[in-house]
Amino acid sequence: MSGEKVLRLGLSGVIGAAFLPVRAQARAFYNFQTPVTPIARDVLFIHDLFLVIIAILFAAGIGLLLYTVYAHSRRRHRTAATFTQPVGRKQWLWASTPFVALLIIDYVVLGIPALHSIWALADTRGAEMTVQVTAHQWHWQYQYPAYGIGFSSDLSTPARQIDDRAPKDKHFLLEVNHPLVLPTHEKVLLVLASSDVIHAFWVPAFGVKQDVVPGYLRQTWVEIDKPGVYRGQCAELCGVGHAFMPIVVQAVPPAQFQHWVAAERAREAAVQATASATYSEAQLILRGRQIFQSNCAACHQSNGLGLPGAFPPIAAGHPFAASAPMLAALRARGFYRHGLIVEGPVPNHIRIVLHGIPGTPMPSFAAQLSAADIAAVITYERNDFGNHTGDVIEPATVAALKDGH
Amino acid sequence: MSAANLSSEQSHAQHHDAPPRGITRWLYATNHKDIGVMYLVFGVLMFFVGGLLAELIRSELLTPTMRVLTPEAYNQVITIHGLVMVFAAVMPITTGFANYLIPLMIGAPDMALPRLNNWGFWLLPAAAVLLVLPWGLKLIGIGTGTIDTGWTMYAPLSIQAGPGADFAFVAVLLLGLSSTMASINILVTVAQQRAPGMSWLRLPVFVWSWVITALLLIAVFPALMAGCIMQITDRHFGTHFFSASGGGDPVLWEHIFWFFGHPEVYILLLPTAGLLPHILATFARKPLYGYKAQVYSFCAIGVMSIVVWAHHMFTSGMPTDVNIYFMLSTMAISVPVAVLFFCWFGTIWRGSMTFETPMLFALGYIVLFGIGGLTGLVLSDAAADQQYHNTYFLVAHFHYALFGGPIMGIFAALYYYLPKMTGRMYSEILGRWHFWLTLAAFNLVFMPQFLLGIAGMPRRIPDYALQFAPLNMVSSIGAFALGATQLLFLYNILRTAFGTSGAVASARVWEGSSGLEFTLPSPPPFHTFATPPAID
Amino acid sequence: MNAVTEPHRPYYIPNPSPYPVVLSGALFLLGLGAALRVNALTAGWWVLGAGALLAVYVLFAWFGRVIGESRAGVYGLQEDRAFRWGMLWFITSEVVFFASLFGVLFYERNIAVPWLASFNAPHSALAPFSPWPHFTAQWPNGGPAGQGFEVVNPWGIPALNTLLLLSSGVTVTWAHAGLRAGRRTQLKAGLALTIALGVTFLGFQLHEFSEAYRVLGLTLHSGVYGATFFILTGFHGLHVTIGAIMLAAMLARTWRGDFTPENHFAFEAVTWYWHFVDVVWLMLFVFVYWL
Ligand code: HEA
Ligand code: HEA
Ligand code: HEC
Ligand code: CUA
Ligand SMILES: [Cu+2]
Repeated sequence: MSGEKVLRLGLSGVIGAAFLPVRAQARAFYNFQTPVTPIARDVLFIHDLFLVIIAILFAAGIGLLLYTVYAHSRRRHRTAATFTQPVGRKQWLWASTPFVALLIIDYVVLGIPALHSIWALADTRGAEMTVQVTAHQWHWQYQYPAYGIGFSSDLSTPARQIDDRAPKDKHFLLEVNHPLVLPTHEKVLLVLASSDVIHAFWVPAFGVKQDVVPGYLRQTWVEIDKPGVYRGQCAELCGVGHAFMPIVVQAVPPAQFQHWVAAERAREAAVQATASATYSEAQLILRGRQIFQSNCAACHQSNGLGLPGAFPPIAAGHPFAASAPMLAALRARGFYRHGLIVEGPVPNHIRIVLHGIPGTPMPSFAAQLSAADIAAVITYERNDFGNHTGDVIEPATVAALKDGH
Repeated sequence: MSAANLSSEQSHAQHHDAPPRGITRWLYATNHKDIGVMYLVFGVLMFFVGGLLAELIRSELLTPTMRVLTPEAYNQVITIHGLVMVFAAVMPITTGFANYLIPLMIGAPDMALPRLNNWGFWLLPAAAVLLVLPWGLKLIGIGTGTIDTGWTMYAPLSIQAGPGADFAFVAVLLLGLSSTMASINILVTVAQQRAPGMSWLRLPVFVWSWVITALLLIAVFPALMAGCIMQITDRHFGTHFFSASGGGDPVLWEHIFWFFGHPEVYILLLPTAGLLPHILATFARKPLYGYKAQVYSFCAIGVMSIVVWAHHMFTSGMPTDVNIYFMLSTMAISVPVAVLFFCWFGTIWRGSMTFETPMLFALGYIVLFGIGGLTGLVLSDAAADQQYHNTYFLVAHFHYALFGGPIMGIFAALYYYLPKMTGRMYSEILGRWHFWLTLAAFNLVFMPQFLLGIAGMPRRIPDYALQFAPLNMVSSIGAFALGATQLLFLYNILRTAFGTSGAVASARVWEGSSGLEFTLPSPPPFHTFATPPAID
Repeated sequence: MNAVTEPHRPYYIPNPSPYPVVLSGALFLLGLGAALRVNALTAGWWVLGAGALLAVYVLFAWFGRVIGESRAGVYGLQEDRAFRWGMLWFITSEVVFFASLFGVLFYERNIAVPWLASFNAPHSALAPFSPWPHFTAQWPNGGPAGQGFEVVNPWGIPALNTLLLLSSGVTVTWAHAGLRAGRRTQLKAGLALTIALGVTFLGFQLHEFSEAYRVLGLTLHSGVYGATFFILTGFHGLHVTIGAIMLAAMLARTWRGDFTPENHFAFEAVTWYWHFVDVVWLMLFVFVYWL
């Protein structure tokens, strides 16, 4: 690998020197985000090298073209030549130089750094920490097996901003309620899975883009060398919410990371405790509205009317047209009668939210929402959107159904 | 049906040279020129349909939030935009040129299998209707609209998709059948119908480019058809080809799709890459440069394109060695493509050039496709592709390749052959305006997209983060200008085809043109080369 | 082709013909009907049925027309060659179709299934996360979430079927020899035998499918093994069916007095097709049933 290093140094010396001012300039405007991992730096190097090389090739090509268009136009060049191929050894040699140059560019100038970086990316050995990343339609879920903590990370941009009814934040669509927190200067192995369709985990500043394939595992790694907040988003079309599943990573120094872990553990314990508490209807509805807007509105819409054919309304009494199997499933659970959505039995309602409806996009929330949150959102659903069932669901009821399963 | 009856019908066909009248001329056509024209008209029409969808996409992306389309509709629109442009616009148009020109170029009376030819054409409208019909059904309350998975139809998103997906898979089956029939016909025609003396290495380059294209189609389209059938069985009959729970793999679909899809981009490219030298040579008043080199390059591209498909899947998690193989093989394919460039340069070098509209578009092709090709080289790097994959950098690459290549080539060829086909000259002034405005607007649309991709904007999103706003606005404005410019083109060809103004075209049409097709009057008679021409 | 020298004659260009566009219409209806039907939307069966009827009608009419033209002697050497090459390229595309299905079998068996099981490997860093902790790679395999099934014993019906199809390849060649030598009885007998063998094959195959469903628990739902098994044997069976129908048409034409020792392209095309179906079966036997 040392030969490659020499070459790399040489190349960056020669080309980079000429290009540095441009590069600095470009960085400020539209270029890759500032890399914070070894891989991202590698890739940026390749990218810069590439752009210089194709710029040179393009300049050569267009220069030649403009020259011939100027010099060999009918006005300046009355009689056309008649040659149809290179003649003689010398011309053949000339004619083959561009291709030799192209091969060298392909396999040496670009190929060697590329190989280096591909091997580096594939080398997941020696990781100090592992995080499991699970993609869902349409949010990410992060688990830290070594610390026994985990949470899901949803888009936190309010619907009003997306509908253009409110001014947009700075990080419009690239902000979440619960970022992935990672320590700096540690090699972190990311084990990626998907619960439904193919998504792709992509944080530009890490130089990592990895598809996640349902039923399979993928892995990649990062070693962040600068604390900060890094934003990316899902990079594989995964349905209507594809634009709305950002990734936000907060990199903190290791010591601070340990603090965060402790705090996170305490928070999760507190959430556990809420399962046995009781709340007033007003408390539940208030909390439920928040939960609904951040977890359910993506599909069932913030007005609870759903989308025809895809997502059923939550508001009872509304018609819903969809494929026969989907309607049959809804009917079987007691949520659909005579062409209209109705409020089905409470236990079924809890089961739907806890376990999702297999084979449909309706996800399981058992892992993401606490029993209290689920109780809240169901109470809210059953008492808003024109529904007046008056049902108040206790967290304990939800917890019982959850464990009973 | 008695034998006597038949032979009298046959002599009828041979003795009357006038085309049949009325709508049945087109519905029942067996004449290669009529069928070619139908392909061209259909393709241009669909180019405008696809373009209209592109305008919808760009309107949605004009600002960061949505106003025009729901996310669901957006996904459907990009999908149909891609499918229509690729399968219903570019492929039919290049097939139209093949049908119209190949018999003329090789001195044949017609295509070898005329009825099959007509069948191949009429499958296309059927497929196109199937693609968009789900939107119509949705209007009357059936289903959820058309397919919304992107033109790549990745499983398992495609398994989740609504009924529109089945319409799309069935449409692809019909398209595959159509392309296979057209390809068989072209191969048989070139092998069997050449005028005496028209040896393989005398075939015009365009004919060669189509021979390779047809071979590629036969070699890869059936695989996609098999894949579509498996998608349908996975969706409705409980199989698990693309689902891990049954031991299948969603990535298998990616392999199938790109095993077809990568050769497909050369299927789109090669016919116009074959037309280009004709046009360049005509206006440079110089013979082709490197005929054999071009023919061998087509062959090499044909062979190599079949073994590089997974460069579209560098981030899918294939083993490292596999990524490396696909990177190295993809890089190799740049060599034969570069040979074509070299020969194009060689053809105009030290010529005596004039710059009529076809020539302008041909030169524009070299520049724009050059950018597409050079950025393709960048994408082939498996490491850097981690950053480019599924961003607007990729979108810009393939529009430079697809618009800069096939579409510019189609414009060039349409202007080049329109006088031959109609017997009348188009408006040169309008043609030049069309070129310059297209060149400017096209770059305005897609140059910013390179920067957007580099800055981190993923493709296939209806709403985006604020830092991408300014360039998207530029791109959208460019797209509106590009769309408006195409109306100029529409007007120009319509007025040439149906109007009475415009100069009459001579048989030769262009001062520098050569080839059998230019020995015939403009427009050529209904039946041509009933007796093969002499080739010297 | 032997050296029959022909005076120059213009290539036969058929008159405008309604069949292609109607056939496209029929396929449109078939496609539309299928898409509606699988989604249980309106009128699926009706559209499908209409498409099928129309397709059958046009195919009869179109082939009838071509046969009529052939009998009227409008085809010369050049047309004959065009048909031959057309048929060869068509079979090539079919080869690619089956090759892709075999490719799928290869991928599922040698890549997908081992990959799914590899997460459990004891030394793997991924083992704690494996989505399928108890899955091991072996073939046949119904996948990590599949139920059990038994496989078809290759040395029962499948071996017999191999024998049947191989001998049908011989009988069809024998029939061809008869045709070339002008022995029409041999031709008819050979064709009839071939059809009989083909139909017997199909009968066995159907029996095997129903056994698989009822007794072995091997169905389309049985994960990748069931899926590849049925799609490969199913499409092969479909091709045997088409081949048998075409052979029957050839027999009918022979009875009517068609085909001369020199001029019998349609017959030859059908034999090519039949041999192709044969070869596919051999591959199936080896890769699907046996190995
Ligand atoms: C006509 C269509 C076309 C053509 C010809 C090409 C040509 C090439 N493409 Fe492209 N490509 C697409 C259409 C095309 N592509 C499409 C549609 C997609 C995306 C599909 C999707 O995901 O939806 C894609 C995606 C795509 C990817 C996947 C990226 C990703 O998903 O992450 C890759 C990666 O390797 C790639 C590489 C290449 C290469 C190496 C070539 C090579 O053939 C290029 C060779 C050419 C050259 C090397 C130029 C040489 C010329 C000169 C040196 C002279 C220059 C002169 C002047 C400028 C005057 N392409
Ligand atoms: C040959 C292929 C081809 C062509 C020519 C084009 C042409 C254009 N494309 Fe397309 N495009 C694709 C193939 C093509 N595209 C593919 C394969 C995809 C990927 C899809 C996917 O992700 O699955 C894609 C995706 C794609 C995207 C990305 C969407 C996304 O990822 O979210 C965008 C965005 O800007 C875009 C824009 C355009 C524009 C502005 C044009 C312009 O060049 C169009 C020019 C405009 C016109 C021709 C309009 C003229 C018409 C009128 C003015 C209306 C008049 C109407 C009548 C007379 C009826 N295209
Ligand atoms: C990914 C999209 C998605 C999200 C997010 C989602 N749902 Fe659903 N939901 C669905 C779909 C699809 C169905 C219909 C399932 C079927 O076909 O039976 C559904 C059905 C339901 C039903 C039964 C039918 C009805 O309309 O009353 C309830 C109740 C429900 N969801 C509640 C919720 C709650 C509560 C949340 C948030 C905590 C939520 N959903 C989040 C997609 C979603
Ligand atoms: Cu998840 Cu896109
Ligand atoms: Cu490709």
